[in-house]
Amino acid sequence: MKRFLILVVAILAVAPVAAIDTGKAFDDPELQARYEKMISEVRCLKCQNQSIKDSNVFLASDLRREIRRLIAEGKTDAEIQDFLITRYGEFALYRPRTSGKTLILWAAPFVLVFFGVFVMFRVLQHRMSMPIDDDTVNQGGAE
Amino acid sequence: MSRYVLPLVAVVVLIIFLVIGLTRGDPRALPSPFIGKPAPQFELPTLKDPSATVGSAAFAGRVALVNVWATWCVQCRVEHQFLLDLAAKGDIPIYGINWRDTRPEALRWLQQLGDPYVASGFDVDGVVGIDWGVYGAPESFLVSADGVVLFKQLGPLNRQIWERDIVPLIVSGGAAQ
Repeated sequence: MKRFLILVVAILAVAPVAAIDTGKAFDDPELQARYEKMISEVRCLKCQNQSIKDSNVFLASDLRREIRRLIAEGKTDAEIQDFLITRYGEFALYRPRTSGKTLILWAAPFVLVFFGVFVMFRVLQHRMSMPIDDDTVNQGGAE
Repeated sequence: MSRYVLPLVAVVVLIIFLVIGLTRGDPRALPSPFIGKPAPQFELPTLKDPSATVGSAAFAGRVALVNVWATWCVQCRVEHQFLLDLAAKGDIPIYGINWRDTRPEALRWLQQLGDPYVASGFDVDGVVGIDWGVYGAPESFLVSADGVVLFKQLGPLNRQIWERDIVPLIVSGGAAQ
């Protein structure tokens, strides 16, 4: 048990050490905040379940460098997203933009919830129209 | 009976999606946003002579293959013999982008394994790689005579892919011009 705890503590202790970008990219806190938000929302194409903020493969560091350069040049977030999309496609963004192509991604949760509510409603309606065996409940108003 | 139709249809649709998802080959392969669009312009110092440059201008006006390679890339070694064979046939010029590599190692690679490239640009910091949307070497782009990307191959090229996917494009591209 003690060994197990030591193992757990050791594993947990690794996480902060594994952080990649320790240095600050910008002195201006506003730019730094934009930069950090941006890189946390760009997929590392080489290591596809990480953002480029969390990855240290060179492609991620190259992309971080390019984003840093674009922010320094005064580009807007939308322009930087365009830069990434023209090169790597919509897939590069963890938060895809609303457009005809990505509409299904954004609409799907709502459609599914709506469908679920619809099914639930139909089932409930069906059950309420069924005869009730329990005679302690006086349920004349069903249907 | 009819109450089972909807769930059945839903399950069948789900199964179709799963089958497509599981059988569409490499799930990491992304469609290139460049297909049918102008290839990005680039100009790089050549691998062999840092004072000379190679770039889009070198192959403007003819169909060319742009191959992104590196010495650290194991699959590039797999692909290399095919590129040598292709270069020997001389149907299409091959231009290299040596991506995120070191010059001595890249030069040694070409010396030892042979050089299929008309010229290789030396993209040491990966800027051109990003412009071309490269995320894993080897990648190859077929560029038409008027500079449009016709095809992108992620991973090593071989004779089968060449004949199935690329030769028809060269033939039709050549006829269109």
